[in-house]
Amino acid sequence: MFAKSLGLRLFLSELKVMFTRRRTWAMLAAIALIPILLAIAVALSSERLSPGEGPPFLAQVTQNGFFTGFTAMLLALPLFLPLTVAVVSGDTIAGEAGLGTIRYLLIAPVNRARLLVVKYLASLVFILAGTFTLMIAGAAIGAALFPVGPVTLLSGDTISIFEAFGRMALVALYTTVSLSGMAAVGLFISTLTTVPVGAMTATLVMSGVSNILGNIPQLEWMHPWLFTYYWLDFADLMRVPIEWSSLASNAVLQLAWIAMFGALAYGRFTTKDILS
Amino acid sequence: MTELAIKTSQLTKRFGDQAAVDGIDLSVPKGSVFGFLGPNGSGKTTTIRMLLGLAEATSGEIELLGETVPKKIEVVLPKVGALVEGPAFYPFMSGRNNLLRIDAADRFADRSTTKQRVESALNRVGLANAANKKVHAYSLGMKQRLGLANALLKPRELLILDEPTNGLDPQGTREVRNLIRSLADEGITVFVSSHLLSEIEMLCSHVAVMSAGKIVAQGAIEDLRNEEPTRLIIQTEELDQATEILRNNEIGKIRIRGKQITCEVPADFDVANMNKTLVSAGISIEEIRLEKSSLEEKFVKLTGEGFEVVR
Repeated sequence: MFAKSLGLRLFLSELKVMFTRRRTWAMLAAIALIPILLAIAVALSSERLSPGEGPPFLAQVTQNGFFTGFTAMLLALPLFLPLTVAVVSGDTIAGEAGLGTIRYLLIAPVNRARLLVVKYLASLVFILAGTFTLMIAGAAIGAALFPVGPVTLLSGDTISIFEAFGRMALVALYTTVSLSGMAAVGLFISTLTTVPVGAMTATLVMSGVSNILGNIPQLEWMHPWLFTYYWLDFADLMRVPIEWSSLASNAVLQLAWIAMFGALAYGRFTTKDILS
Repeated sequence: MTELAIKTSQLTKRFGDQAAVDGIDLSVPKGSVFGFLGPNGSGKTTTIRMLLGLAEATSGEIELLGETVPKKIEVVLPKVGALVEGPAFYPFMSGRNNLLRIDAADRFADRSTTKQRVESALNRVGLANAANKKVHAYSLGMKQRLGLANALLKPRELLILDEPTNGLDPQGTREVRNLIRSLADEGITVFVSSHLLSEIEMLCSHVAVMSAGKIVAQGAIEDLRNEEPTRLIIQTEELDQATEILRNNEIGKIRIRGKQITCEVPADFDVANMNKTLVSAGISIEEIRLEKSSLEEKFVKLTGEGFEVVR
């Protein structure tokens, strides 16, 4: 009865569909490749970067393999991770509409609001899988190519290997939170069309626009409202003590985006004629 | 008054200023096999979408199995199996997994019987051997069968099947026809849409004919057929004598082509007696028979002959 009312069975089935798709695994594999390529490039290059040159953390990678994951996250966040989020969240409703399967789900019957919630939660699971894949692949390749040991953080403090794993998990969770607002935007756009590629592209454009606006100093008043604003602030988790305030503000900001675009998606989808 | 499985009153759906469905009153009796006939683009699928709550009616009312739709749609739909606008499945999953997926979506479905229900649905449509194949490897006919299996996942009171024989080969068409008959024998009301009259004529007890968004005829097939005249056809060498006898019996609309006489008679015309009269008058009859006018003539008369899409 519990499972019935929560739609747990539908959620599990949704995950099964997602992880049956080759596309999902291809995207996770591509995400895993980012730290691997990064580590190989750094390992092969004889030049040593002086601190401050190149992306943050890059210099530390050679000294401690554990930094591979963090550095790869910095590289993946502006474009590559949002790309995969756009693919998954843009596909949520539009993909089902494009295949026509949405009619059969709705007459099964599935309540439309419930379907939206399940779809959204499943896209969060994908993001979680993606961020953890990146961190785990980073740790693995870093350990294989570089020395590993207690990690010296930005604040100068040193944490144990065990604690470093904890920080990696935190960074993956932080990034998942960071991307959750964008996934809601994708969900809404996905209710507007029956062409999944269109929804995916539009969602990616949204994150691109948000990034660009975030880089125009004249629009500074707007910056704290952009869903991309806190994306790179996961570095705050790499201090002792951990700087939790950015995680908190980020979570509040993302919740606002989820509430707004979730409501838009609900308004649109529950009144939409399914003609595909 | 017979109980109705589907009842609509003044059901209308507008897209812009065009009425795709224009104030139709459907009455589908419980237990009937109801043919929903009309040329492409006449509004059949749009009607079906409204019946199933996929599209909202612009105006008018719908009752499905005695409940108001779309208000009570979640109560009704578990009792309704449907095939709408062709089958649709995830191509990257097997036939069986596709059915399991849809069953998981139905929160009224009994989870403990899922496997058994899926297998029996697959068996019923003859797909048991292809159940593990991915759907992208299915032929159109196999997808159509899987669509029917989906409609049969649970015991249903009403089946709404939109062009169920689309894309099937002749054997497949026959099998689907037999399947529908056996379902009807179990007491399930079957609502079948088709643009093929022969299909409907072979299968259905009742029919509604759609044309350009309106219902132009509705009722039991026998009644519709009886509205059209019955023809008496006689083959003989002695045309003049025969026509005279026919005239004496007050039979009108006599036409002669070659050595064949065609005339219109009442539906309950006594052929044997007429044969006796003609023979006893010394006329040698090569052939004498009654011909019910086909529903096709009626259909063409109602919906127009043209090949052009009306709108």
